Amino acid sequence: MTGSAVCQTSRPIPDAGCAIEARSLHVYYGIFRALKDVDLQIERQKITAIIGPSGCGKSTMLRSFNRMNELVPSCRTEGKVMFRNRNIYDSGVDPVEVRRRIGMVFQRPNPFPKSIYENIAWGARINGYRGHLDELVEESLRLAALWEDVRDKLQQSALALSGGQQQRLCIARAIAIRPEIILMDEPASALDPIATLKIEELMRELAERYTFVVVTHNMQQAARVSHQTAFFMMDADRAGYLVEQGPTRDLFTNPRDRRTEDYITGRFG
Amino acid sequence: MNRHRIQRLGFVLVGCASLLVTAPILLVVASIVVRGASAIDWEFLSTMPSQGMKAGGILPAIVGTLWLLGGTALICIPVGVGGAIYLAEYARDTWFTRAIRLAIVNLAGIPSIVYGLFGLGLFVLFLRLGTSILAASLTLAIMTIPVITSTSEEAIRAVPVEFRTVSASLGGTRWQGIRRIVLPQALPGIITGIILGLLRAAGETAPILFTGAAFFLPRLPRTLLDPTMALPYHLYVITTQVPGMPQQVQYGTALILLLLVLSLNVIATVIRSYFRRRRQW
Ligand SMILES: Nc1ncnc2c1ncn2[C@@H]1O[C@H](COP(=O)(O)OP(=O)(O)OP(=O)(O)O)[C@@H](O)[C@H]1O
Ligand SMILES: [Mg+2]
Repeated sequence: MTGSAVCQTSRPIPDAGCAIEARSLHVYYGIFRALKDVDLQIERQKITAIIGPSGCGKSTMLRSFNRMNELVPSCRTEGKVMFRNRNIYDSGVDPVEVRRRIGMVFQRPNPFPKSIYENIAWGARINGYRGHLDELVEESLRLAALWEDVRDKLQQSALALSGGQQQRLCIARAIAIRPEIILMDEPASALDPIATLKIEELMRELAERYTFVVVTHNMQQAARVSHQTAFFMMDADRAGYLVEQGPTRDLFTNPRDRRTEDYITGRFG
Repeated sequence: MNRHRIQRLGFVLVGCASLLVTAPILLVVASIVVRGASAIDWEFLSTMPSQGMKAGGILPAIVGTLWLLGGTALICIPVGVGGAIYLAEYARDTWFTRAIRLAIVNLAGIPSIVYGLFGLGLFVLFLRLGTSILAASLTLAIMTIPVITSTSEEAIRAVPVEFRTVSASLGGTRWQGIRRIVLPQALPGIITGIILGLLRAAGETAPILFTGAAFFLPRLPRTLLDPTMALPYHLYVITTQVPGMPQQVQYGTALILLLLVLSLNVIATVIRSYFRRRRQW
């Protein structure tokens, strides 16, 4: 887990605005190409939204940023993902270390069937965290705006929390390993509108410290929460590709590409 | 007939069926307790047999069975659970792993005397372990491993894939996810499998018949290479091979065997419900 790791050895100065970047990325499931030739830059300490019709490869794109696609045996990746001046797909790079740097929050809230405390402490424990666990747990919960809700029941089951609270717990759990980037795959789609707004508010606050990439089906959400937006579509052979990317305001008010305009005005998809 | 009548009739039939199932068990247990309880006292549990086993206690058989159980557990738990982890978490679906699974399913159905003969051939003769606790434990372990492996594999597979994914996303290695999330979740099922397997091993005569069981030994076993007396085999001996055996002693021995198996069962239930409560948390 050490040594060959991406970031632990030397700490090169990363180029200014870009936290992670896909270069000529192709992703295949078996012989099916799910993503083709994607060049996508994610800006540091900003929220980047990935939007596009169902099946166009948004989740695949997201998972290729922390090599989670490798858990699918048939999946194969070509091209580069540059993180801290290094291609995370280089043979010397340990995917476990990549995921420690680039955290993830899933669509369905999925706390471990353990106490609230243990959920947060889990990542730190397995990564050999030497600091003060109680403090880490409190800080992470505060950052996820959950501390006031749960401070008196840290030892109770995480499964007893509401869906929105569980999702914030999952965010706190991801934060607790101190990642640089947090990937979120439709993090609010299983939640009610109020819980959704809370999550969005939380993301905006956390964006001062972390870089977010968020997949969403909800156009208003992308417009509300993100600084940058990337729009994906599918080819005739169902391979996903990046249509355009830019500041969210520009992309929504003044799209450069006809297909983007059609999509955001609801003319298809 | 209206549907309420039909329902009532159904209840009666189901009730009768469950009575039919439990009645023989209760009768067997009751008759053993009634006829055997009076034989059991401290002396019966703590002394050697005497007067051609017609008097005295059954200490060496009890001790021997515990040795055999311990030896079997030591061998079959790591191998059985390890195999289950491999099959559930690491093995790809190839003809090889499919063959292993098929073998496990079929091994569980092989008559125990066949295991006994196999153990005689492999452990006693070929590996020259002699008739010994070691050879008998190995034989019992081989019989028990398929039970443990298949129940444990099932328990491990029942843990949602999601937890492994989340563990990986938090920078956990595959093994950390298995060790700290999956196995604790699967533990009640694994323990059940282990105890079920050991229960079977505790009561079997055939596998130890040629591999480690002794008709009569005047002393307790000292090493793993000694043969030993064992409860099920002793019971067989005193009910069929010794003329004029007092019935009380036979039933007393059966009762002890029954109590041993029953207490294992109780332990399994307690452990399981303990973990289940902890899992809800
Ligand atoms: N594990 C997998 N095995 C095979 N094909 C897959 C796998 N996961 C995704 N795909 C395929 O890859 C393509 C892109 O899937 P992906 O889940 O990335 O799309 P998406 O944009 O996230 O869709 P949605 O909006 O419905 O979540 C789809 O055609 C899908 O069928
Ligand atoms: Mg998706």
